[in-house]
Amino acid sequence: MRRRRILIAVLAALALAAPVTAAAQSREVFVPLLVYRTGPYAPSGIPIADGFVDYFTLLNERDGGINGVKLAWEECETQYDNKQGIECYERLKGKSPVVVNPYSTAITYSLIPKAPVDKIVVFSMGYGMSAASDGRWFPWVFNFPTNYWSQASAVIRYIGAQEGGLEKLKGKKVAHIFHNSAYGKEAHPTLEELAKKYQFELSLLAVDHPGQEQKATWLQVRRLNPDWIFMSGWGVMNQVAIKEAVSIGFKMDHLIGNWWSANDSDVVPAGEGAKGYKGATFHAPGTNFKVHADLLKLVYEKGKGSAKKEDLGAPLYNRGIVNAMLTAEAIRTAMTKFGNKPLTGEQVRWGFENLNLTEQRLEQLGMKSFTHPVKVTCEDHEGSGPVLIQQWDGKKWNVVSDWIAPMRDVVRPKIEGAAVEESKKLGYTMRDCAKEK
Amino acid sequence: MIYREAGQFKTTYAADQAVFSIVQDRVAVAAAVVGAFVVPPLVASEYWLQAVLIPFLVYALAAIGLNLLTGYAGQLSLGTGGFMAVGAYSAFKLATAFPHLNVLVVFVLSGLVAAGVGLVFGIPSLRIKGFYLAVATLASQFFLVWLFNKVAWFTNYASSGTITAPDRTLFGVVITGPNSAPSARYLVALGLVAVFAVIAKNLVRGRIGRSWMAIRDRDIAAEIIGVRPLRTKLLAFGISSFYCGVAGAGLVFLYLGSAETLAFDISISFLVLFMVIIGGLGSILGSFLGAAFIVLMPIVLANAPHALGLRLPVALQKQIELMVFGGLIIFFLIVEPRGLARLWQITKEKLRLWPFPH
Repeated sequence: MRRRRILIAVLAALALAAPVTAAAQSREVFVPLLVYRTGPYAPSGIPIADGFVDYFTLLNERDGGINGVKLAWEECETQYDNKQGIECYERLKGKSPVVVNPYSTAITYSLIPKAPVDKIVVFSMGYGMSAASDGRWFPWVFNFPTNYWSQASAVIRYIGAQEGGLEKLKGKKVAHIFHNSAYGKEAHPTLEELAKKYQFELSLLAVDHPGQEQKATWLQVRRLNPDWIFMSGWGVMNQVAIKEAVSIGFKMDHLIGNWWSANDSDVVPAGEGAKGYKGATFHAPGTNFKVHADLLKLVYEKGKGSAKKEDLGAPLYNRGIVNAMLTAEAIRTAMTKFGNKPLTGEQVRWGFENLNLTEQRLEQLGMKSFTHPVKVTCEDHEGSGPVLIQQWDGKKWNVVSDWIAPMRDVVRPKIEGAAVEESKKLGYTMRDCAKEK
Repeated sequence: MIYREAGQFKTTYAADQAVFSIVQDRVAVAAAVVGAFVVPPLVASEYWLQAVLIPFLVYALAAIGLNLLTGYAGQLSLGTGGFMAVGAYSAFKLATAFPHLNVLVVFVLSGLVAAGVGLVFGIPSLRIKGFYLAVATLASQFFLVWLFNKVAWFTNYASSGTITAPDRTLFGVVITGPNSAPSARYLVALGLVAVFAVIAKNLVRGRIGRSWMAIRDRDIAAEIIGVRPLRTKLLAFGISSFYCGVAGAGLVFLYLGSAETLAFDISISFLVLFMVIIGGLGSILGSFLGAAFIVLMPIVLANAPHALGLRLPVALQKQIELMVFGGLIIFFLIVEPRGLARLWQITKEKLRLWPFPH
């Protein structure tokens, strides 16, 4: 009985002590990291978190932060779960963060309404709500360099090119295998519209969370016998899907994953069979860039790296680098206006909105031809950046296409329409971009 | 000493049948309720309200609902997540279709919709018992979640399938949606829980609760003494689903703000069932204790290393958290298989004798 009371007392003391967290130091910019290193989404979550943290470490080690202002961050485990994500966000909010990367479309949807209230930028790089690309309605949300709808249109353009022209898509069967969640469904409106426009037959095949059991889906694939499969998977779902595709003997070079479904951890479990599998991306895979040399020299040789050395250059690891770089460049842009000091969320929001990442700047960062330049404007928080297709050759990923432009003529009107719809739910009004600056 | 009843005489039947027949209990509960209404909105940080107290209240309501069905009427159910989803989606549909409808009315109506669905899925309970019934209710869980995922009408044709709580006011104060203050949402959740907990407590003391317990303890005997199994069991399903439905609406409108069907998957059904088992089957207090344990413990464990000044890698910390959490569940179930509520009851009995145990 006494022991039990002591236990209860200790737990109560911990509960009371918990929210007392140290405030961020005054010479730092704090960025919370919602990560998932455990659970069914860990295969995807680990490399992206490692890439992000390593690039921030590099900035602190090499340049002493951004213009002398150190970067501070703290990871919080969400397990890709909405409720845990909100708990993390609320816990880290106490440290006055300037930008949050939710790393989950569902968590992004939950954080979007909070952003203008808390004055914290939501940067969902290549995920989240596509409609938020219209910056007139969603000033606090950014999803550049490109969003799910742009990606879907670019992939259809690529498939068209492989078939010998977009008009040849007529009558072809395209299946979309998707994670049955807000994330997986996000591409549907664009795919449906393109299916009407180019008259291909679109089938939507759902895989339920977490995606370890997909026999029923692939049975349907066998029955449909589609010409092309586009896949929006995440976590353990990807490797299971690729293994299933191999086992039914689907042509691997006709299976294209979106940019969250094409990592080393997705293809390696399927072994030789995965050879030929394709995936979309908005940056190059591999380690042949100056930034990787810097990472190895300044971070890994000092023992401060968070991944294993041989995991550098995996597509998702590199995406973590791109995400961290874009975040850092946006903060740097904000500093040109507000000075080299720790900034507020509102100031960083301005930095995001006025980010202009040029070819020269990428070269200075050691990322020449690593990713595409981006220009963000008040109207356009997406930039409709182009997409690359990469292919797995059994050992590594190779880029097999040029930069493919999304169909902006199709996507942008849809975004503007959807932005009105989504804003109506949140009670937003449109701002006048002419009055900004 | 604290619980000395000497001198408290009951001179009327009403006094004898009161919910809290001892003065100390009445004072303590009244103080706790008043404290819960006054103190947190004044002192608690946004983190405490948003990440700890509101989820606790929402889950407590769901746990009361399941406790009525499983703890009192003895019908094992794994459909809680599905019934919560019914509440959440009907609240969303009602709130968006009738923007001027009072949000509290929306909550009650969505509870009624959930009750209707619960009645339908309760029908098999007349023929199926025990674990087999659990499997049958599992079907409702999967069917309902599948339905909301499949039919776009439920989400107002949102491309992502996500429902978002709109801004709604009560007495001029925004209480749901993105612009609502956490303290306002907390007070609404607390109000709902307080009212429905009182109703539940009185239900289980009265004729309905007694007929549920009769069915639970021996259904054939209950039938012989005149309890009608059909009505009793369906009533249990209906009322339980009503509670779960209101909790589901609260989950989206007061806690998460937006949700997809993933928020109502099978894991939530188990979570609420664990709350009921750990808290104590057949106890309203147990529902609160169980919800507190399941909601608070992971948060305490997640914050503990920080509070102690340790900096662990997040993955390791999460794994330790899961192991300690699992260990604690086993520990409490071994120490007191009848739940935390029973533990409290034993403590109370000891306090009554203290300091002269014999």
